[in-house]
Amino acid sequence: MAHVTKNHRMPQKKGAVLHSLRSSPTVRRLVGALGTLFGVAITVFVMLRALPGDQITAAYGIEAAGLTEEQRETLRAYYGLDQPLIVQFFTWLGNVVTGNLGYSSRTNQSVLEMTLLSLPVTLQLAVLSILVALLIGIPLGMLSASRPNAARDWLGQGIGLAGLGVPNFLLATFLLGLAAQVWGFNPNGLGYASPWENLWLNLQQMMMPSLVLGFAVAAPVMRTTRTAVLEVRSLDFIRTAKAKGVPPRRLRWSHILRNALVPVVTMTGMQFGFLLGGAVVMEQIFSLPGLGRQVLLGMNQQEYAVVQSTVLVIALLFVIVNLLTDLLYRKIDPRVRAD
Amino acid sequence: MTSTPHTPRPGSRLRSPRGAALRACAVFSVAALALASCGGSSEPAESGDEVPEAAVAEDQDLVVALTTDVDNLLPWTATQFQATNVLRNIYGTLTELDHDLEVVPGLAEDWEISDDGLTATFHLREGVTFFDGTELTAEDVVASFEAIQDPDTAAAAATNLASVESIEATDDHTVTMNLSTPDTALFSKVALGNAAILPADADLEELETEPNGTGPFSLSERVANDSLTLEANPDYWGEGPQLDTVEFRVIPDESAIVSALQAGSVHMATFDDPLVADTIGAGVEILETPQLTYHVLQLRADEEPLDDVNVRRALACTIDRQEVLDSAAMGAGEVVGPFTSPAHLSDPGSRPCPEPDLDRAEEYLAEAGYEDGLELSAIVMSDGYSTAVAEGETIQAQLAQVGIDLSLEVLESGSYVDRWVDADFTLAVARNAGNPDPDVTYGRYFRSDGNFNEVAGYRSDALDELFEQGLAETDEEARAEIYEEISDYLEEQAVWIWLFAGYEYTALTEGVSGYTAMANSSMQGLREAVLVDH
Repeated sequence: MAHVTKNHRMPQKKGAVLHSLRSSPTVRRLVGALGTLFGVAITVFVMLRALPGDQITAAYGIEAAGLTEEQRETLRAYYGLDQPLIVQFFTWLGNVVTGNLGYSSRTNQSVLEMTLLSLPVTLQLAVLSILVALLIGIPLGMLSASRPNAARDWLGQGIGLAGLGVPNFLLATFLLGLAAQVWGFNPNGLGYASPWENLWLNLQQMMMPSLVLGFAVAAPVMRTTRTAVLEVRSLDFIRTAKAKGVPPRRLRWSHILRNALVPVVTMTGMQFGFLLGGAVVMEQIFSLPGLGRQVLLGMNQQEYAVVQSTVLVIALLFVIVNLLTDLLYRKIDPRVRAD
Repeated sequence: MTSTPHTPRPGSRLRSPRGAALRACAVFSVAALALASCGGSSEPAESGDEVPEAAVAEDQDLVVALTTDVDNLLPWTATQFQATNVLRNIYGTLTELDHDLEVVPGLAEDWEISDDGLTATFHLREGVTFFDGTELTAEDVVASFEAIQDPDTAAAAATNLASVESIEATDDHTVTMNLSTPDTALFSKVALGNAAILPADADLEELETEPNGTGPFSLSERVANDSLTLEANPDYWGEGPQLDTVEFRVIPDESAIVSALQAGSVHMATFDDPLVADTIGAGVEILETPQLTYHVLQLRADEEPLDDVNVRRALACTIDRQEVLDSAAMGAGEVVGPFTSPAHLSDPGSRPCPEPDLDRAEEYLAEAGYEDGLELSAIVMSDGYSTAVAEGETIQAQLAQVGIDLSLEVLESGSYVDRWVDADFTLAVARNAGNPDPDVTYGRYFRSDGNFNEVAGYRSDALDELFEQGLAETDEEARAEIYEEISDYLEEQAVWIWLFAGYEYTALTEGVSGYTAMANSSMQGLREAVLVDH
């Protein structure tokens, strides 16, 4: 009897723990994030293998036709291409989990070393772009919402549409060419300077790309702000606050905007993914040695480990930003904290 | 259609009609160069020489823009354009090529070949040191060449040393090579960067991060994915260099390179697209250099229906090379035959159909039994160089005139190279590297034992014999005649359809002087370059 009872109780307890774990939003999110990363890992791995050519043809070009079978075997072993795919995958993944992101024979550096140099570049660009987007988007959205369908609304929406409509690679190339030709201003041609090496030059180099990227992201920020402000303004508590005699300025900033920010924060977090993609293009045009260039150069040489690990780092970045966004809007909006 | 007279291909020159030349004149006068060169002479143009002492700038740090990062620092296995150009400045070779692509002494002061053509002796220069201070001896040469021949090294030059049976150090500064067959091209082959001399005790892995060569520059700093900086080797055996440092900076986007040149952020860059060269404008000098690299429609005679010489001849008589050059490359280049090096230049006017002759083409087709037309397929690279797809489309339209339906398989460069390397194609729109020596250029393609013969898709006893004779002949004139015969044979059999050779454009900002662009795109001119005040 006791035996049975014991058996009965154990699974119950386990189930309860599992249940509470599963229902905990933090755990649920973490599991989801890990799943996402694993999915990205498999996808990149398979896609790279599906591409024609390998590191040998990438490194030797058409000279690969001149290699003897013996030479080829040597190279396949050197690049680790002689292992079965499944072994290649789990060896790589196992290494990544222990912090070894692989090695680039092109640069004679570990991918980790390369990433430590390139990650800050991309992060800085993304953060500056977000700042630009918020600085343009929020005031413009508020301006538009302050009198819907008036001239200022059209102006605000027009700028927003322009941000969405102009392809950013075009704007980037145009700006770069204009500055160089007209003012002889070309900080990006001077070779990348990190902020701790030369902050002034670094900011000049980051200025144009973050303006271009920020301008593109400012459009959705502006539209979200406008809609949210209009919606919040029509809510009962605003009328109550007005009736209580809250001064208009305070009403606008701490009542309306504070509440309207929730969707803006969510949206900005979501735009981060777009920013990472856009950063690849900006890094290419403005010659910044960030993650995007690392992936592209790795692709050109078919350096599997470099591409796989860098893409995984980018995915991780994306996941982290999404988690942070979650946390942030819990902070802003007390109602979310309740569930 | 006007006929294209056969004119010798001049060396690099300033672009004349496009305004840059005028400004270049200004630069030239500052650099105290004879103003005569501004008239558009056809001499190999340098960006000024004989710089007066006073004009030499204090700052001798030159920046070269590259579109991609150097992928390999081991000279034996490097084939990428960027890598070979950097390594050319770090490592030395037994012989070298001068500006006109003539073989001149390098690490070997002189050399001779025995009467039977089977023993080659190189006398090394004395007092040459590697960067680490050790002296270059015959042992280093022996060890390097043996390593190149070792399959484990996977060296690109292994095939070039195929005739070398054994190699020994006769004394400290004499190297003797025993050849299995005569090889008059040997002295040209050892000038290639892939045959660089490394220290005998070299640890290859170490060399990848710390190159130890004998060249005019040594590696000073490398930032992965971003830049690579060379510094002058004070113990260099030759003259120069005058520059203190050369930085190769990665600027992936060509229009960003143009901006950087305009603003003076970089001093030098090369382009193969005449459009890009055109957009630069003020303050930047453009050298236009005819290239050894040739554009060609490769046919694989191993495949049906190209195994029939009449089908190949029909193609050769239909394709209008001048039109391909004009429409795909805006006329920036010259129609060429098989050999593009100045010393062995083929005369495109002497080919069976120098001008398109559609009647003759149709006769050939009828003879082959294809009077009702036929279908062919060609692979084309979609990226990698700017003219490929347009070349394919022009050829497609031309062939349609005689009922040949050519379909184009436009492939990304990775898949293209894959198919090319596996000889998995019937026709290929290709751009292949030429070499100053005719045997190095085509021996590997058209000798039945050549390592590219499968890709070339054609072989014959007659060609094998001619190539053998060419390697055995020591008299230069007689040797040139043999390769002329090979050139005629290739055209007559319509083995491939040679189209044109383009230009390379070297952009130099004001103040860069003494640099010479070369037909093999080598940047060895950096050792002579100097920055002047402007």
